[in-house]
Amino acid sequence: MSSPAIEVTNLTRKFGDFTAVNNISFTVARGDVFGFLGANGAGKSTTIRMLCGLLPATSGSALVGGFDVTLRPDDVKARIGYMSQRFSLYDDMTVAQNIRFFGGVYGLTREALDERMAWVMTMAGLSGRGDTMTRTLAGGFKQRLALGCAVLHQPEIVFLDEPTGGVDPISRRSFWELIGELSAGGTTILVTTHFLDEAEYCNDIILIEAGQLIAGGSPGRLKEEQIRFPILEVSPQDPLAMMEEIRKSDWAVETSVFGTTLHVMVTDEEKGRKEIDSLSRRLGSGAPGVHRIIPSLEDVFLHLLEQKRSGRKGAV
Amino acid sequence: MSTAAAVEISGIAKAFGALRAVDDLSMTIDRGEMFALVGPDGAGKTTTVRMLCGILKPDRGSASVFGLDVQSGSDEVKGKIGYLSQRFSLYGDLSIDENIEFFSEIHGVRDFHARREELLRFTRLTEFRQRLADRLSGGMRQKLALACTLIHTPDLLILDEPTTGVDPVSRRDFWVILQSLVREGMTIVLTTPYLDEAERCSSVALMNRGRIMESGRPAELRTKVDGEVLEIVCKPVRQAFHLLRSSESFTSVQAFGDRVNVVVRRSADDRPRVEEILRNGKIAIQDIRVVRPTLENLFISLMSRSEVSS
Repeated sequence: MSSPAIEVTNLTRKFGDFTAVNNISFTVARGDVFGFLGANGAGKSTTIRMLCGLLPATSGSALVGGFDVTLRPDDVKARIGYMSQRFSLYDDMTVAQNIRFFGGVYGLTREALDERMAWVMTMAGLSGRGDTMTRTLAGGFKQRLALGCAVLHQPEIVFLDEPTGGVDPISRRSFWELIGELSAGGTTILVTTHFLDEAEYCNDIILIEAGQLIAGGSPGRLKEEQIRFPILEVSPQDPLAMMEEIRKSDWAVETSVFGTTLHVMVTDEEKGRKEIDSLSRRLGSGAPGVHRIIPSLEDVFLHLLEQKRSGRKGAV
Repeated sequence: MSTAAAVEISGIAKAFGALRAVDDLSMTIDRGEMFALVGPDGAGKTTTVRMLCGILKPDRGSASVFGLDVQSGSDEVKGKIGYLSQRFSLYGDLSIDENIEFFSEIHGVRDFHARREELLRFTRLTEFRQRLADRLSGGMRQKLALACTLIHTPDLLILDEPTTGVDPVSRRDFWVILQSLVREGMTIVLTTPYLDEAERCSSVALMNRGRIMESGRPAELRTKVDGEVLEIVCKPVRQAFHLLRSSESFTSVQAFGDRVNVVVRRSADDRPRVEEILRNGKIAIQDIRVVRPTLENLFISLMSRSEVSS
C-alpha cells in the first residue's frame, strides 16, 4: 500500500477561546519514525488524541491508516497502538498478567496471544520473568514491556507520547533500537518527545509551537535549511559576561547558554573567532576554547522559537 | 573563611538490604564548580546526594561541605546547603509569595522580604507573585521551587534531576539562572540521567552501580574514549546499521534517523573497512566524517569494559 500512514489537513482544535491546535497539516509515510516536537503545552497531546479518535476536531481532517478519524474512529482504533508517558501498565499485576490483559482488550485469539506473549517477553528482555510483579521492574524494562503491550495486536501505526521520560541513557538507547526494528518491519511510529537528542533517531520531524506548525523535515535537512550560519561553541570563564558582550555585537546572530558553554551563531567563522578572542582579552580572561560544531536539533529548535518570538514582537 | 573544598566525600557506602546502592565512593568538588553526577537509574545518584545533604546516614565513610562534617547536623552546615529533591513539593493552594514565605520560616530566615524580592526578580516570577502554585506552568513551578531552595542563601546548591520533564525552552532559562548563581560564587551539584546535559557542566562524574567510573572536565573525559567516532550519513540506515554491527569489527554502532555512528580505533585505518562493508551491502553513502566523541560514547564504552571485566 502506498497511501501515507497519516494524512493531516488543516486540523484545528479549540477549547472555548483557546486554540490548542491551529490549522496544522502534515503527512507521515508508512514505516517512518516520525518525531512530533514542541514545548509543554504546544499542542502535541491534543493532536495525538485527535489522531487516535479520542477527541473530535473542531475543523479540518485526519486520515489514519486510510480512515477518517471523525467518520471511522473504530477502523482507526483497530489499526493503532498507543503508549503514554505513564506506560499504562498495571503495577499490581505480573508481567504475564499485563500482557494477557492487553491481549483481551485487543481481542487476540488464544494462539495469537501465546505467540505474541513469547515475542513481547523476548523483546523486553523479560524471558522467564512472567511472574514478576510489574511494580518491581526497573524503568527500562517497564518501558519495553509497555511498548510490547502497545504493539501486541501488531498495529500498523503506533503513537508514543513522551515514551522515554525518566529512563536512563542505556535503556533509552536500546528502546530506540527497538523502535528502529519495528519501523524496519513496516510499522509507522509517531513519537512525541522534548529530548531533542532523541529526535535525531527520527527520519522525519515536525515542530509545533502554540498550536502552529513552524518547521518540518529530516534532521539533516532541518539543520541545513534552518541554520545558515556557523555555530561556535565557546567555553569562557564567565559565560554570562561574555554573552552580554556578544549580544551587543553585529557579527553574532544569536547566543545561547548551554551549561558552562555558549553556542554563538556567527556571520563568519574566522571573524567570529577573532572577535571572541579579542573580547576575552578585553574581559581580562584567558583565551576560551572555541570549536565549530555541527548544529544539534536543540540549536535548530531554539533558533526557530527565537525567530518566532521576535517575529511576534515585530508584529505588535 | 577556610579554603576547604566545597564537597569532600571519602569512602562513603550505603546498602539497602543486599543492594549496595553506593559502594566506597570518594570525590572532591571545588568551589564554584557546576558539577554533574550522571548515570542510569539505580546508579546511586540520589543516595549519594542524600548522604551529602545529611538526610541519609552512610554505613561507612564521611562527607563534608566547606570543611564541615554533614553528619554533625549542625545549623551551620544546614545553612550552607540548599537541596532541591526530585519530590520537592510546593503548596498548590498557596501563592508564589506565600510559598517562599513558608520556606523561609522552615529555614528560620526571619527577614526574608529583601531576599524574596531578589529571588523573584532573578527567576522572573515577580509579575506572577500572587498566582497560586497549582496554576503555574511546569517551568515556572520549577523556578519557584528553586527560589524556595535558595531563600537561606546557601553556598552549595544540590539539585536532584532538576530538568527531568522540563521542555527545552524552560531548560535553557534554567541554565541561565544556574550560571548566574555560579557567577555569584555558588557551587552547584546536580544529578542527571542525560549525558548531553552533563556535557554542559564544568565537571562531571560518570556513575554506575554505586561507583564512579570516571570523572573530570568534559573536554578531558572526551579524550578518554577509546578510538574515534565516524558519522556516516547513508541510505538505508537500518541496513547499514545491521551490516556494521554484524561485522563485529567495531566496539559500538548506533543508528539515528538519517545516519549511523561507529566507534573505530583509528579513522584513518578503519574508514576503508567501513566503506567496504557498506559498499558491499549496496548502501548509498552521502557523507562520512569524523565527529567529536560525546560523553555518551565514553559512558557506553566504560559500561561494556566493566561488563567484560566482571
